[in-house]
Amino acid sequence: MSIDKPYEGIAGTTIFDHDMARQGYHLNQFCMSLMKSDNRERFKADQKAYLDQWSLTEDQKQAVLARDYNQLISLGGNIYFLAKIFSTDGLSFQYAASTMTGMSEQEYKTMMLNGGRQSEYPFPDEKGV
Amino acid sequence: MARISAGVATSHVPAVGAAIDLGKTQDDYWKPLFQGYEYSKQWISENPPDVVFLVYNDHANAFSMDLIPTFAIGCAETFKPADEGWGPRKVPDVSGHPELASHITQSVIQDDFDLTVVNKMDVDHGLTVPLSLMFGQPQSWPCKVIPFAVNVVLYPVPSGLRCYLLGKAIRKAVDSFDRDLNVQIWGTGGMSHQLQGPRAGLINKAFDQSFLDQLIEQPQQLAEMPHLDYIRHGGSEGIELVMWLIMRGALDQNVQVKHRFYHVPASNTAVGHLILEH
Repeated sequence: MSIDKPYEGIAGTTIFDHDMARQGYHLNQFCMSLMKSDNRERFKADQKAYLDQWSLTEDQKQAVLARDYNQLISLGGNIYFLAKIFSTDGLSFQYAASTMTGMSEQEYKTMMLNGGRQSEYPFPDEKGV
Repeated sequence: MARISAGVATSHVPAVGAAIDLGKTQDDYWKPLFQGYEYSKQWISENPPDVVFLVYNDHANAFSMDLIPTFAIGCAETFKPADEGWGPRKVPDVSGHPELASHITQSVIQDDFDLTVVNKMDVDHGLTVPLSLMFGQPQSWPCKVIPFAVNVVLYPVPSGLRCYLLGKAIRKAVDSFDRDLNVQIWGTGGMSHQLQGPRAGLINKAFDQSFLDQLIEQPQQLAEMPHLDYIRHGGSEGIELVMWLIMRGALDQNVQVKHRFYHVPASNTAVGHLILEH
């Protein structure tokens, strides 16, 4: 028997469940370290060296360096933890969100001003997203 | 005796706190949102609570991967605004109500809700933004606050029904506190939003309005809504809305809607707000 995960079928969405959290444990704890100003400075001074102090996989390290948030999420990162990275970069939540959608920041802002990404409700087809 | 006099629901978008702190509330972008809270500030000045039982979630600030309680009650005397990575918000420290918090803890654990007791905790925007929206920018917060943190970050989060029934247990606990206190319960977070992945930016006004309708009229039925529906229709972070059911569970079946407000967008999020009396 395995645990039912019906949310895995929702397109463009990764749910931070316990399996993802296990995979992302060191990545998310690295992110938490950036809440301290000293650590932020050390990270900014030499990102690679700072990352090497953590038990991240090579893929996770590369994704941090590339600021590839979709990839980080697929490797167990959670957005509230990853927020410490883009906050360290001085970038907004809206900017970070836009990078995950394939839109420019301006296109994303305009979409939000126009009422956001539209979702049908109630869903005509329970299986479709 | 203590009594719960009203419930408040509101989103707690961090950018809203930044707009208040940076004096941008009258900017074109933010003005319509803050207008929706003008009534609320007037209402709360006329109905000042002694204590706010404030249901919110921490966003990887007080709780890292070290420790993830499903339900955590703040029993401390004071709570400081958290440094979320760019310095703490310049808002007053939060004064707790350790006696009432301890009483509620003792009561609801005996009603089978196994709370985690927290005696040392910083509080992030999830708690301080609702205070700013309702009270503005005072030198000190005009009431005591009991922070009640719910895990809605690591899935599975508690079910809507669990939250609703917990609200009822909190109501019973407050009602049995032997001091004359006017207590409000606030449920925060939501409404529809998704902050991650290619589907980021999702907003669902129909879902949100339906949620507001049902929260008012048919909370028991709403409490049965499965997690999947929150995520699918309200976005991965829209699942924060289960916290509103804790607030609703603590009120009578029949409530009077004093105020209802809805606005899109605040950064990535749909903002919803209710004031309910009973």
